[in-house]
Amino acid sequence: MDTKRQYEVVFIVDPTADDEVPKLTESFSQIVIDQGGTVTKAETMGKRQLAYEILHHKDGTFVLLEIEGSGREIAELERRVRENDRVLRFITVRVDEDRRRAEKLKERRARKVAKKPAPGAHPRRGPAMDFAEAAGE
Amino acid sequence: MATNYEDRQRGGGYDGDDDGDRRPMGGRGGGRRMHRRRVCRFCIDKVDLIDFKDVRLLQNYLPERGKILPRRISGNCATHQRMLAEAIKRARNIALLPYTTD
Repeated sequence: MDTKRQYEVVFIVDPTADDEVPKLTESFSQIVIDQGGTVTKAETMGKRQLAYEILHHKDGTFVLLEIEGSGREIAELERRVRENDRVLRFITVRVDEDRRRAEKLKERRARKVAKKPAPGAHPRRGPAMDFAEAAGE
Repeated sequence: MATNYEDRQRGGGYDGDDDGDRRPMGGRGGGRRMHRRRVCRFCIDKVDLIDFKDVRLLQNYLPERGKILPRRISGNCATHQRMLAEAIKRARNIALLPYTTD
């Protein structure tokens, strides 16, 4: 597979270490870059209440990173994030496959809409079936 | 991708009540048997991807107890229910949504 994988990493930072958030984001991004990946988006989603307590914390600062790469940088990043005790929790989600699928569905829908007023269609019987194309899909 | 994951407003979702969406099947007999309109909100809105960070959207499918709303009530199609369940579980993992509430 030579296509790049895309990941979304969300991690929760200890709210008492709020001022460290930019520094942490920067260092995690640097890890990814050092491993040959790219950070396409780094965004602080802000402080919000946790749905349940994590290590006796009731709220936390959420940070989102979007990463593109081979997958090796994720392994390294996760190792480093796990070691960091400022990070209460993190989640990594691979998104490229789902996004590609969504894109495909969108395309198919667009084609369907474009095809609707089919030429030569009977006004009541609807569009003529194209069997060759239906089988090819 | 939307930037304000919290502010994003999507139409639809389970409206939380247990009425309104019903209509009697037969006019006779005072509507003994009620029928719920089964429509997948996500199909109507043409949603291809359900984001686990979209708490506002996901919350519509978590009644007070915190359990995932079953398909027979929300009327979601199988594909979208699967996507929704996956998103809710991810959101639970990072404490955006509760596992349980009592």
